[in-house]
Amino acid sequence: MQIYLPIAEISVNIFLILGMGGGVGVLSGLFGVGGGFLMTPLLIFIGIPPAVAVATEANQIVASSVSGVLAHWRRGNVDLKMGGALLVGGVLGSTFGVWLFTFLRSMGQIDLVIKLSYVVFLSIIGGLMLIESIRAMLNTKKQVRKKAHSHNWMHGLPFKMRFRKSRLYISALLPLIIGFFVGVLSAIMGVGGGFVMVPAMIYLLGMPTVVVVGTSLFQIIFVTANVTILQSVSNQTVDIVLAMLLMFGGVIGAQIGARLGVLLKGEQLRGLLALIVLGVCLKLSLDLVITPDDFYSIGAGVEH
Amino acid sequence: MIKLSRYTAFVLLISALTLHSVQAKEMTVDLSSSIVQITTGFSGAELLLFGVAPEDGDVVIVIRGPQEQLIVRKKERLFGIWVNQDQFTFKDIPSFYAMASNRPLDQFLPGSIAAIQQIGIPNLDLAAVNPDEIEKVQGHYRHALIRNKQRQNLYKWKPEPLIFLGSGLFRTTLRFPSNVSVGTYGIDVHLIRKGELISSETTLMHVRKFGIEAGIYDFAHRYSLAYGIFAIIIASFAGWAANAAFRKS
Repeated sequence: MQIYLPIAEISVNIFLILGMGGGVGVLSGLFGVGGGFLMTPLLIFIGIPPAVAVATEANQIVASSVSGVLAHWRRGNVDLKMGGALLVGGVLGSTFGVWLFTFLRSMGQIDLVIKLSYVVFLSIIGGLMLIESIRAMLNTKKQVRKKAHSHNWMHGLPFKMRFRKSRLYISALLPLIIGFFVGVLSAIMGVGGGFVMVPAMIYLLGMPTVVVVGTSLFQIIFVTANVTILQSVSNQTVDIVLAMLLMFGGVIGAQIGARLGVLLKGEQLRGLLALIVLGVCLKLSLDLVITPDDFYSIGAGVEH
Repeated sequence: MIKLSRYTAFVLLISALTLHSVQAKEMTVDLSSSIVQITTGFSGAELLLFGVAPEDGDVVIVIRGPQEQLIVRKKERLFGIWVNQDQFTFKDIPSFYAMASNRPLDQFLPGSIAAIQQIGIPNLDLAAVNPDEIEKVQGHYRHALIRNKQRQNLYKWKPEPLIFLGSGLFRTTLRFPSNVSVGTYGIDVHLIRKGELISSETTLMHVRKFGIEAGIYDFAHRYSLAYGIFAIIIASFAGWAANAAFRKS
């Protein structure tokens, strides 16, 4: 059954979109990731214009983050103050990111930048996860107990603030900078940025793992909401019909994934996710490297 | 239902047109519908075109979509990856181009008429936004534009079949893919006999978004801020509903 997407202006198979939403939803429920970094490339593979894919996916992530944060909220695992600092940075960063996106789009380079960002980040994250899970599977016994965080140059930065829930006394500049950086990524790649934010919170800020996911989801809601509004205003690329189909599939998939997750071991899960991430990364890199069938492409010219 | 109404229209048209042809010396054409509506289930459209030729001859039909401005970009290899480098902007080019004729064009259509009437893709007049780059209108960029349009099924190189049903009455099917542009389409019908253009007739057709599709598109473009906020409200509600629905289970 075909459905015409009013903003993407193409006709797609409704079951394909629901299936993709469901499939990525299963993965996100299974691994506890947002899934934006898989969904946006998939949407591009099936022919949705990259600009529409990125903006629409930001809208879908609002829904999945709201759904996810509520569970963490009830358990008290959201550090509002830290989340607030991150989201101020995130809103600034994503605003800059959407501006950059609009600029690159007018230069005809947005598709390249989207794909390159994916290749760079997916290869780093996928590679790190794969190494870590292989190492974990090889010697499960040897576990070095680390300190919550070590003191280094970052603790010399000004504007120190106390974050009670995270049991940290650090410069407010740190979460602002991290938030800004992830906000730019969010706007350009159509992701929540959890896959960068979570490691940054653990390893750079030294936050306790318990509050990391809830706080990350909390700030992702606001950053992706900001991206949705800015993309709507400056590029008119948010396709609400596509977003609703993805949300519907994603919600159901996430529940199935969460139940499946209980059956698999942590390291195996991480290894599997690493392989999926590297697979997507490989496909995108090949697109950039392989000689195209046609050196020329066409795009809508700016109307004067 | 649709089949039936089309059939009725067809019968009415034939009777109207045959009556008409008895007295008139002009060519007459009409469409099964002058509006193509893009609705939720839209996956392309087919229209029937009927006409009556006052004299014997060959008929060629040219369908042109609304004009648009398009950028053609050329990829070059840079540090191992393919990057868009040079680009060229065409203006006033038809967003859609297709033809129909009762037999192959080279059997009846002189090159001079084809050139003047822009019949056939090689005869399309393409213009440049920047007049200094006029030489690029020909050559690689022109071919690239046409090739990309053909790949999108928006330009058809060969004419579609057109059938003469007797006493000058002819019929053809116009097909539009699901990615057609919205706007006004011009349909030129030319009657050619013994290498001469006997008469030409133009009729218009409109492609429009309709119903909820049009509503969403207008909302997104006219009130883009409100649209963005609306999108967030829907997403937040969906997220909350999902959480509430699966909380117990």
